[in-house]
Amino acid sequence: MSIDLPTGSPPVRVAFYNDPKVRSIAYQVALCAVIGFLVYAAARNAIANLERAHIASGFGFWNTTAGFDISQALIQFDSQTSSYGRAFWVGLLNTLLVASIGIVIATILGFIIGIARLSKNWLVAKVAAGYVETIRNIPLLLQLLFWYNAVLKALPEFRESFVIPGGIYLNNRGLFIPQPIFKDGFGWVLIALAAGVIGAIAFYVWARKRQEQTGQQAPVFSVGLALVIGLPLVVLALAGFPLAFEFPAAGRFNINGGIEILPEFAALLFGLSIYTAAFIAEVVRAGILAVSRGQTEAAYSLGLRARPTLRLIVVPQAMRVIIPPLTSQYLNLTKNSTLAVAIGYPDLVQVFTGTVLNQTGQAVEVVAITMAVYLTISLATSLLMNIYNSRIALVER
Amino acid sequence: MTMSEGDLAVTEIKFVRGATIAARPPPAAMTGALGWLRANLLSSPFNIALTILIALLLAWLIPELVKFLLIDAVWTGADRDACREVVQHREIGACWPFVWERWSYFVYGSYPIPQRWRVDVFFAMLAIGVVWLLWLEAPRRDLGSVYFFIVLPITSFILLTGWSAIGLPPVDTALWGGILVTIVVASVGIVCSLPIGILLALGRRSRMPAVRLFSVVFIEFVRGVPLVTVLFMASVMLPLFVPEEYSPDKLVRALVGIALFASAYMAEVVRAGLQAIPKGQFEGAMAVGLGYWQMIRLIILPQALKITIPNIVNTYIGLFKDTTLVFIVGIFDFLRTVEVARIDPKWAAPVTSTTGYAVAAIFYWIFCYAMSRYARAMEARLAQGDKR
Repeated sequence: MSIDLPTGSPPVRVAFYNDPKVRSIAYQVALCAVIGFLVYAAARNAIANLERAHIASGFGFWNTTAGFDISQALIQFDSQTSSYGRAFWVGLLNTLLVASIGIVIATILGFIIGIARLSKNWLVAKVAAGYVETIRNIPLLLQLLFWYNAVLKALPEFRESFVIPGGIYLNNRGLFIPQPIFKDGFGWVLIALAAGVIGAIAFYVWARKRQEQTGQQAPVFSVGLALVIGLPLVVLALAGFPLAFEFPAAGRFNINGGIEILPEFAALLFGLSIYTAAFIAEVVRAGILAVSRGQTEAAYSLGLRARPTLRLIVVPQAMRVIIPPLTSQYLNLTKNSTLAVAIGYPDLVQVFTGTVLNQTGQAVEVVAITMAVYLTISLATSLLMNIYNSRIALVER
Repeated sequence: MTMSEGDLAVTEIKFVRGATIAARPPPAAMTGALGWLRANLLSSPFNIALTILIALLLAWLIPELVKFLLIDAVWTGADRDACREVVQHREIGACWPFVWERWSYFVYGSYPIPQRWRVDVFFAMLAIGVVWLLWLEAPRRDLGSVYFFIVLPITSFILLTGWSAIGLPPVDTALWGGILVTIVVASVGIVCSLPIGILLALGRRSRMPAVRLFSVVFIEFVRGVPLVTVLFMASVMLPLFVPEEYSPDKLVRALVGIALFASAYMAEVVRAGLQAIPKGQFEGAMAVGLGYWQMIRLIILPQALKITIPNIVNTYIGLFKDTTLVFIVGIFDFLRTVEVARIDPKWAAPVTSTTGYAVAAIFYWIFCYAMSRYARAMEARLAQGDKR
């Protein structure tokens, strides 16, 4: 028995408000209207509130004289003549300084601890696990306050400074180290360094090409080391050591000369590196565990020894897994450096969103500029990451 | 030619043993405690050196910690003199009387003393909600989530801020402080971030371009900037955006900042869970005639949330640690109360800061560690079904 379908009947009519297309458009229009209204209302209120408080708007403040001092400035800054715009650059450079040094330290520490957690040595593995579990579960801000207030501020006063041989002083005002002074002829050393780096890269490219064609290996590491470090040293010796050190000297009220490393900077650097290292350790551990044991066994059965196995088989595959989360840890470190504001290190937020905002009262502009800076860093990094990922991803069919 | 039994017996080789020897025990150095030591601590010269180094480090660190926290610690006293080496003429460790005296400040902040029972009731109600939700064998867990996400926020709001009509005098949020504020900020983050995060995650996977664009922009923007700047924005810009008479108080501003921030992170966690659901589940749901919200509520979210529970808890751990940042916009959370108490001249002694920080560290560590253990247990439990 078959069912007789009515043929030629008109299609089922649906009320227009049940048509998915109509609904979708209606929802989107409604969403846009709500957001548009919110933005409009916020802008209107903001203008009214700013007018009532007699706060100027616009970016005119950028060139106004700042009139405050910054304790650490990588570029010339003084309170009498420098502008708010210059203060912005000082803060940004300080942020980048602490973030870049922190990234280097955190990476080294994190890789050591991550590998230690996988060590066959029971004690080493347990201590590494203890480090990760302790550091990860305590807020970074608390750790920063601890380093700053309980450790560095508790160092002896200037008169009872620790004196470390080599002209280094340590007290509660900071760490004072000798400052290198470059005399005439030091430029040659810099040129040699640049030539060494370029030479090392060229040698690496050549060695790689040759290995692909002939299978012969070249001592890339030792040649690279000789070029990058050896060559500048030789040139330094040939030029007659155009380098001197200005040693810090204890005066009556302060230590003069040398490079001063602020306790705020040191505390922020310690805190950020130690905290991020715990997260990097977990990333590294997960990455190494992600390389299946069969890879190591296959390498051993081909006759590779432990070290080449690690270098040629395990690490390259682990890096594929490690690098994306590692980058996001670097970003986290950079973003966490904003906690500097709690201990008074003059980073971008402390200088700009703190002092400049308080002096000018131009909240909208100042916060927008600060956010734009971090947003640029984040988006640029994730863009680079996407390019890297698409290059390194396993090609599957 | 065949060989008979007899032949064999005659030509039997006498020097071959008939029975196997009983197995000898392995060398003493390979088993037991010694073997374990050898394999795990002393397997190579490098490992021996490492073991000695770490053992020395621990031998210095652990006694120092025990000495500071327990042996040299001061247990009773009225003010700073009890905790100063110059006065006591002995080595001084942690200054516990400072913590005893300030404990109620650490818990309640400046909440009026006669009203503090309200905070205690809030803590108890929250504890019931947390246990109800997290304990998997608890009865009526569906009611539990209604309680946690709807009943609890409303009643605690009334309880803590006060409502004169039912005889609870209002308490200004400026007086709130300590663990109360930390818990309130964390709970608001937890309660708000999940629903908003789910909506944003769905929006990001929506077919409607405007909805998708809005979700992507919001998520990427918030995740791209530090929490400190979000809090600054909430505390200095939010009052500008609303009419002066509705200007929110300080705590509410920080709560808005935290809730938005946590939602963006939660959205990405939920999105990962949504992506793990096979397309067939969506198609199957549509084929049986479910509408979009029915499909999401009955088919997709139960599966997606289940596999994301460990990540959700990890996000909550991060959120709990991030609550300390409200410190920077001038709110008296637990860490800020410790910070204020430690510089109080009454207890000014060299060990006061370290004692205060130690208490705070132990507090945060216990909460975060408990959460991470829970996440790990959940992960193991969820992996059970995939085991073969």
